[in-house]
Amino acid sequence: MDINQFVQDFADCFDDTDASEFTPELNFKQLEEWSSLSGLGIIAMCKKKCGIKITGAEIMEADTIKDVYDLVMSKAN
Amino acid sequence: MASFIKAISYHLPEAVVSNEDLVGEFPEWSVDKIAKKVGVNQRHVVSKDQCASDIAEQAARKLFAESGIDKSCVDFVLLCTQSPDYFLPTTACLLQERLGLSTHCGALDFNLGCSGFVYGLALSKGLIDSGIAKNVLLITAETYSKHFHHLDKGNRTIFGDAATATLVSTEGFAEIKEFDLGTDGTGANNLIVKSGAMRHREKFEDISFDKSGNPLSSDHLYMNGSEIFNFTLETVPELVGNVIEKNGLNNDSVDLYVFHQANKYMLDCLFDLMEIEEEKAFVYMSEVGNTVSSTIPIALCEAKKEHKLVGNVLIAGFGVGYSWGGCILNCK
Repeated sequence: MDINQFVQDFADCFDDTDASEFTPELNFKQLEEWSSLSGLGIIAMCKKKCGIKITGAEIMEADTIKDVYDLVMSKAN
Repeated sequence: MASFIKAISYHLPEAVVSNEDLVGEFPEWSVDKIAKKVGVNQRHVVSKDQCASDIAEQAARKLFAESGIDKSCVDFVLLCTQSPDYFLPTTACLLQERLGLSTHCGALDFNLGCSGFVYGLALSKGLIDSGIAKNVLLITAETYSKHFHHLDKGNRTIFGDAATATLVSTEGFAEIKEFDLGTDGTGANNLIVKSGAMRHREKFEDISFDKSGNPLSSDHLYMNGSEIFNFTLETVPELVGNVIEKNGLNNDSVDLYVFHQANKYMLDCLFDLMEIEEEKAFVYMSEVGNTVSSTIPIALCEAKKEHKLVGNVLIAGFGVGYSWGGCILNCK
């Protein structure tokens, strides 16, 4: 999966934030909409779209969407 | 000999905590929005002096009243709870006396959470198939609200207290078919109340707060939401596949899926992941919340009212332990 598709799938985990705000560099935990439930959505998305298991702790360590993407890619290889 | 569910009833404690009540307590938190996502509008909670046995007794009395079943037929009581009245005696023994059941009936408690109802059916089937009992009164009664820190807005939003009573017998409306069960104790620390029992009798008094302001305390119920979520995504699809295979069925021959009603968000993720159509996925939690071992029997009760309990109904429970189990109910 390329990063643009990943960013789009990442944006789909959020209901209220405009999709145009999502870029690889977005610090997603600063979003007003961010909550622990958003984290669950990202875990589910990584599992469904990439077949990769990531943890809540790993999401908390990540700052940007690219950090999560790099994590998923490192687990995929 | 085949085993059947003959009747199910449930009881909710009187006191209700609405989303408005929670917003009043936590104005800084968008509880209304989160409650919408987890799919809970209100939850019932026991009062300070109400215990699992009290709501269990009410559920059993309701079962006898609603079904017209003569309580003298009960020859075994199984109580699933993680909040017993005492360390000892067994709460099921208290219920034998309070319900006026025969002194010739067996009684025992078993300690499981969200998988408890499925395990209760498995135990009941074993007792009946082996000829040890003919009419098993299976009760689930949970009061997790007693385990929560009062500032734990997350868990207080999701969970509710409730009790259910099911009569498992040699005849009934739902035949209990084959099971798949599983356990993985490596997940024990992800859903735990650490103090109070024998390992740590004294309180830790170690409260701290996470980045979201949620309390972390060894003296109250702790749930690592993301780890439990991952466990569920890993385990439930395989569990469901195994249940279908053990019953000689395929995906198309399952008429209804009744999963443990953990929260709507998690259920939606599971249904999405497993590509289960909406009309086959039964959800009932908006007015009761996640009632732990009582979610499946409550959902079965409500599905029956809606005339949806027809054909092969797949039930699956999963959670604390980790523990999981599923089976097919073949409904008339």
